[in-house]
Amino acid sequence: YQSHCTKSIGDGLGRQCFKKSEVECLIRLFHSLVERANVRLNNFGLDRNAFRAILHSVFGMTDDMLMNRVFFAFDKDNDNCINAKEWVKGLSVFLRGTFEEKLKFCFEVYYLNGDGYISQEEIFDMLKNSLHQQSSEEETDEGIRELVDITLKKMDYDNDGKISFADFEKAVKEDKLLLEVFGPCLPEAKVECQQLKLVKGTF
Amino acid sequence: MGVALTRSAQWTAAGYGTRTLEITPLNEVILKEIAMFVESFIYKHPQEAKYVFVEPLEWKTNLDPSAFESGYIVSETTVKSEEVDKDGQPLLFLSVPHIKIRSLGQLSRLLLIAKDRKLKEAQACIKANRDPVTKILGLDYNTVKEDTSTVNILDKITKDEDPESEIKMKVGMLLKQLDLYLLNHSLKRISLQICLNPTTVKNHIELLKHFSGKGEQTVLESIDYTSDYEFSNGCRAPPWRQIHGEICYVLVKPHDVETLCVTCSTEGVFLNGGKTEDEGEINYERKSEMYKDLVTFLKEKSAKFSENMSKQDIRFTEEWKKENEEPKEVPKKEEADALPKAFLASSKNILEKNQINFGKIQMTKRLEPTLNWKATVDFKKHKSLLRNTQEKKHGGRLGRSGPPVSPGRAQLVRKSAEKIEEILSDSSSENEEDEEPPDRRQEANADLPSEYWQIQKLVKYLKGGNQTATVIALRSMKDFNLAQETCQLAIRDVGGLEVLINLLDTDEVKCKIGSLKILKEISHNPQIRRNIVDLGGLPVMVNILDSPHKSLKCLAAETIANVAKFRRARRAVRHHGGITKLVALLDCAQSSAKPAQSSLYDARDVEVARCGALALWSCSKSNANKEAIRQAGGIPLLAHLLKTSHENMLIPVVGTLQECASEENYRAAIKAERIIENLVKNLNSENEQLQEQCAMAIYQCAEDKETRDLVRLHGGLKPLASLLNNTDNKERLAAVTGAIWKCSISKENATKFREYEAIETLVGLLTDQPEEVLVNVVGALGECCQEYENRVLVRKCGGLQPLVNLLVGINQTLLVNVTKAVGACAVEPESMMIIDRLDGVRLLWSLLKNPHPDVKARCWRNGSLLVGGLELIVNLLKSDNKEVLASVCAAITNIAKDQENLAAITDLGVVPLLSKLANTNNDKLRRHLAEAISRCCMWGRNRVAFGEYKAVAPLVRYLKSNDANVHRATAQALYQLSEDADNCITIHENGAVKLLLGMIGSSDQDLQEAAAGCISNIRRLALAIDKARYT
Repeated sequence: YQSHCTKSIGDGLGRQCFKKSEVECLIRLFHSLVERANVRLNNFGLDRNAFRAILHSVFGMTDDMLMNRVFFAFDKDNDNCINAKEWVKGLSVFLRGTFEEKLKFCFEVYYLNGDGYISQEEIFDMLKNSLHQQSSEEETDEGIRELVDITLKKMDYDNDGKISFADFEKAVKEDKLLLEVFGPCLPEAKVECQQLKLVKGTF
Repeated sequence: MGVALTRSAQWTAAGYGTRTLEITPLNEVILKEIAMFVESFIYKHPQEAKYVFVEPLEWKTNLDPSAFESGYIVSETTVKSEEVDKDGQPLLFLSVPHIKIRSLGQLSRLLLIAKDRKLKEAQACIKANRDPVTKILGLDYNTVKEDTSTVNILDKITKDEDPESEIKMKVGMLLKQLDLYLLNHSLKRISLQICLNPTTVKNHIELLKHFSGKGEQTVLESIDYTSDYEFSNGCRAPPWRQIHGEICYVLVKPHDVETLCVTCSTEGVFLNGGKTEDEGEINYERKSEMYKDLVTFLKEKSAKFSENMSKQDIRFTEEWKKENEEPKEVPKKEEADALPKAFLASSKNILEKNQINFGKIQMTKRLEPTLNWKATVDFKKHKSLLRNTQEKKHGGRLGRSGPPVSPGRAQLVRKSAEKIEEILSDSSSENEEDEEPPDRRQEANADLPSEYWQIQKLVKYLKGGNQTATVIALRSMKDFNLAQETCQLAIRDVGGLEVLINLLDTDEVKCKIGSLKILKEISHNPQIRRNIVDLGGLPVMVNILDSPHKSLKCLAAETIANVAKFRRARRAVRHHGGITKLVALLDCAQSSAKPAQSSLYDARDVEVARCGALALWSCSKSNANKEAIRQAGGIPLLAHLLKTSHENMLIPVVGTLQECASEENYRAAIKAERIIENLVKNLNSENEQLQEQCAMAIYQCAEDKETRDLVRLHGGLKPLASLLNNTDNKERLAAVTGAIWKCSISKENATKFREYEAIETLVGLLTDQPEEVLVNVVGALGECCQEYENRVLVRKCGGLQPLVNLLVGINQTLLVNVTKAVGACAVEPESMMIIDRLDGVRLLWSLLKNPHPDVKARCWRNGSLLVGGLELIVNLLKSDNKEVLASVCAAITNIAKDQENLAAITDLGVVPLLSKLANTNNDKLRRHLAEAISRCCMWGRNRVAFGEYKAVAPLVRYLKSNDANVHRATAQALYQLSEDADNCITIHENGAVKLLLGMIGSSDQDLQEAAAGCISNIRRLALAIDKARYT
């Protein structure tokens, strides 16, 4: 079963970035995680909670909202569950993704309502917790609003009050620091190095 | 301690002027502050509030006894406090209308009781007690001198552990703090109201003119008034514009911006519409914001100006201050309240200086008891020492005239204290800002630009945000014009530097990158560099060099490269192990340059190495760092990098090598690592800076023959020669000519240079070049002219004229080279004639005369010059021209009067040359030659040598001449020569005795004596021989 699975996923990936052995290893890992996380045996995937637990423990992410968003970005078929194929695909971007792939991934994480734009309100939501509570809530809110303005000023090239993919791409290409501008949604460089071990089967 | 408040009380009193109850806004503010301070004193410092004054504060109060309530014993006309001192005396005593108070606590209560009348009370109190601090603390606290006060007081505390004096001390401190606060506060208000007047504007412009002109170092290219006519009130603006408060119009040309037409008005300085081309009319309309003065305006408009200003800061601000103070002291037409204000301001200037220093010292002392205190003191000593050494090193780098510190000495120095080591070991003395400029904070009252507030807001987010917010804030900060001083200082002044440096200590890679990107930009500012070092930024950055993240490493190294532009920073880098880590960065390109890796990785590794080299370049300006680089194994790595072809990286790599090549062991290593080959290769690059650095490196290395040969074998001479043709870039030209000079010391190289037609070019460079270039050009010609063909070439190209012209210079290094070059040319008879015709010998002679008295005092400096000159003189003896020879002989006679010179020319082979000339019929030459010979006999075995070179026999023939002068000179020479037995025999054999006997009868006394002396010598010898024969 596994080899079959590997093959189909391997084909599906098209542009290979993992070696075959690595893919196998990832799938094995996936199944062990599914087993560990899922009591219901009929489910062949990771649900949101299980996935978030993994994001947290393995990739060191902390922001709940962003973890949800990452989950949705992984879950291509919107069935609220990540299957083996989605797992491998997602991780390939996560761990071995090219700059363009990561760019696309981040953008997907950041726009929620599916209209292809990151709106002002969405930015506000994402930055909501980025400032430590100051003296008053109002003040904090004002600070966040200011941050939203700053990012929009910086990234909204066509001045339509929202960030399109083209805007995002242009801004990030100009300065790579902006890749995760609205919150961490990729494993950190340091974690990334460690996680490569995971792929190599030493996990 | 109390001096400040005393003074402040004085000026407060002075502020009242006529002593009416009238309250100026300023005084009101001060009063309010004092009242507030006193009022809250009892709560804030209950302990100190009980302290009993030495003398009570007394004044006439308007308060009614009935106002006093609990805690007081009230009668109809008197009030006593229940609180009493040790002797049972009440601390507050009121007998209408007089009141006496003896503690701050009571004072505090009184103000509370007075309620809305408290300001009046406070005013009355201060008016009546002109010196409150003395009364409170006693006379001794007031009279201590400012500079020693802390020490004294500390002494006091430690000596008598009296609890009371401790409290006293605390009270003193508190008053002091209040005072400082008041001063600062009122200063802010005052300076807001000061506006420009014609005198200040004029002074500013004059001052700026003083620092303007061509060249890189000046602050401006030019600054001029639009109109020459000055009205009697000091304004230059036409009267109808003076109504608007305009004073004058100025045309300013900064280095980097177009000419600006500026209006100076009483309200400030702004850009106007400019001068129209055709009519020369000025468009008076305001085109920019208003700035408080010209400097602020120019700083905003021209980056170059602010950069150069910060360099010249000390010089400038000092004068600036002076200028600013003067008009204040002589106020002319200010408003009614201007006089007290001016007085206030000027006393404030003095006061503030003392106090703020005092405050600072106190702070450091309290927070960091020993270290900082010591450091500041040490540093001052250090600096003055440093000045001295730098002055001594004045010779400069390119034309190093003095011998380098000998290795033995250097070692000795290294062993001694670190401080001294640092002073002596620094090789670079020029292009470096080693004086620490005074810290300039942006004045709080200045019109702060909008950037300031924006940056302040961003720093707030940096402080209070999580990673995401931080990155956004950092990114946004980077969008400011960080090259502008306003922004750089704004970041610092709102506390951004601390935050940025703290961020480097976190784990967040993105924050670190963002922070370094900003630090990298703003560290171009010399002040920021120092702030970074003070805040401990260097160790953190050094740690980052270990990071696996490449772009992080790069940024850290680049920032270090910027910061390590002054000595203290370079030392810090070394002490925190930075040199080893930087050297390790150079390794990057090697270890990962495996064939499998893609070119992308390659490029990043090159970048890492480039940044590492850049930082090393900055660091290598200190000798101790050079050694550290070598020990860390930097040379082979640099050598390896040199083989690559990334131009950007090569510049810092060669720069580092060049800087280090001043050390002997580096030169050896450079030879061993076959670096010369690559240096030569890079001479052919297109990049001017790279060419310059390579040439510099060759200049430094070509001290020994092997290296010079290597340069030739690798074909380095041709590119050097061809680089001579581009004379626009003076730095490069200096480096190239320097390299040619050193290379041409080898004969083969000199020949090659002729083939490449470098000689002609060099001759062309003898005029209109800066001294650094001239020194090298002349040095090169001097070396090349050791060869016959080159000498001819120099003459044919007309090189002698400019060379001789250079003999009148004053640069010692240059003169040494010039005399050497002229001397080398003079070997050629034809050249000699030209030199003589050009008055070269006379010039040289005057040159020799001038430094002559100094020879003993400044031996090494002029010694080489003198030797160069002597060499030339002696070489001139090879001439064929009798006239030249005669004058040279005359010169030698004079020179030889000094024993040291005589020794020198003897070493240079003057005896055989003079002897060769002996067979001549020219009476003039004969005379001078004989004089010269007689002089030269005075040294060593020259007498014998003249005999050996067969100069004696021809001399005897001179006696047959018709010229009496010749007779005298010859007789004197023969007398000297006859001191040697062999010469006696020769003289006798040639039949001199008879001729000499005839001369004894001459009327010339000198001749008589000389002839007689000579005969007596011969006679004595004959007698001795007879005696020897018969015994």
